[in-house]
Amino acid sequence: MFDWLQHIADWLVYDLLDLDQEQHLAEALNFFIYDTVKILILLVIVIFFMGIVNSYFPIDKVKNYLSRKKLYGLEYLMASLFGVVTPFCSCSSVPLFIGFVRGGIPLGVTFAFLITSPLVNEVAIGLFIGLFGIKTTLLYIISGVLLGTISGIILQNLKLEGYLTPWVKDILANAQKEQDLFKAEKQTFTQRLPIIWTEVLNILKGIVPYVIVGIAIGGIMHGYIPEGFFEKFMAKDNLFAVPLATILSVPMYSNASGILPIVQVLVSKGIPLGTAIAFMMGVVGLSLPEAMLLKKVMTLKLIAIFFSVVTLCIIISGYLFNIIL
Amino acid sequence: MSKVIKILGTGCPKCQSMTNVVKDVVSTNNIDASIEKVEDIVEIMKFNIMTTPALVIDDVITIKGRVPTKDEVLALLN
Repeated sequence: MFDWLQHIADWLVYDLLDLDQEQHLAEALNFFIYDTVKILILLVIVIFFMGIVNSYFPIDKVKNYLSRKKLYGLEYLMASLFGVVTPFCSCSSVPLFIGFVRGGIPLGVTFAFLITSPLVNEVAIGLFIGLFGIKTTLLYIISGVLLGTISGIILQNLKLEGYLTPWVKDILANAQKEQDLFKAEKQTFTQRLPIIWTEVLNILKGIVPYVIVGIAIGGIMHGYIPEGFFEKFMAKDNLFAVPLATILSVPMYSNASGILPIVQVLVSKGIPLGTAIAFMMGVVGLSLPEAMLLKKVMTLKLIAIFFSVVTLCIIISGYLFNIIL
Repeated sequence: MSKVIKILGTGCPKCQSMTNVVKDVVSTNNIDASIEKVEDIVEIMKFNIMTTPALVIDDVITIKGRVPTKDEVLALLN
């Protein structure tokens, strides 16, 4: 699909700049040009597509649906799936949480949404396709959805309502199922388009510097680290690799889009994919800034339980990936 | 009559850019309006929104969850 781009990158580096194909610099530069353009194209496509979906399924509609429908246990999966198509901004996590609680949606279902939404977001998907290909991306999306669903069910069964902050408990006590159908603003597709496009540009503006720096570092590493370099240190049978990678990943957040390109290079040099996916889930899905925001609605104990359950599920899925792949 | 503009948001980058857009529109067009930033989440939630930032003009929620363009804000204020 991107052969044409490889030709352009080859032409730029080997013909126009006249660099030697055998040189590390040339290889790194070629990798950088090809990867940057490819990933930017994919990001635009994915973010735009998600923008369209989201324009027709805004969060209020999702809440309304989850609140009104009897789903007989499927609500965790539905919430998790909705999390995929809803773009996530960590500063919206608190209003979202309150909105769900107010709509009488069970805490565990809310958690399922809150876990999947950042974990499987449009930026992560775009980067994943570009860096790891469609198959690994699908695997990541499916495991992200399952992880949100299962963590949500576990958290629901822990009966955590008592650990909400007092003002949220008041809201919980007055929660009501939504009675009316959500009325969306009637807009034609052409009316929606400029709004969606502005959002695409806004999202891109925020992440492009990180992506480029990440790919640049990845490009340098790609040229200089020998093949199979990490296999010596991080073999699949090293039991501590997955938990270590996951725990390391939780504090990293703002530069998630810069970290993914580097992880891709590490995988190509021999780090097991399961370990890498666990790491990336931690980077993308759990973040300390989000935890700080959640303090408004949850006690520290609840945040700790929430993060521990998700971390544990990420570690387990990392092991599973290493066994399956 | 002076308009009352409220910007709801807990201080994220998006909320900041919405504030800038609104301030810019109000000052360049000499619109008679007061701009208030609402950053307390308890206050924000009284407006029953789920995504921030949100733009409230005379107690009506006009935009939520995204940064509007200047033209859009101008149209809403007129």
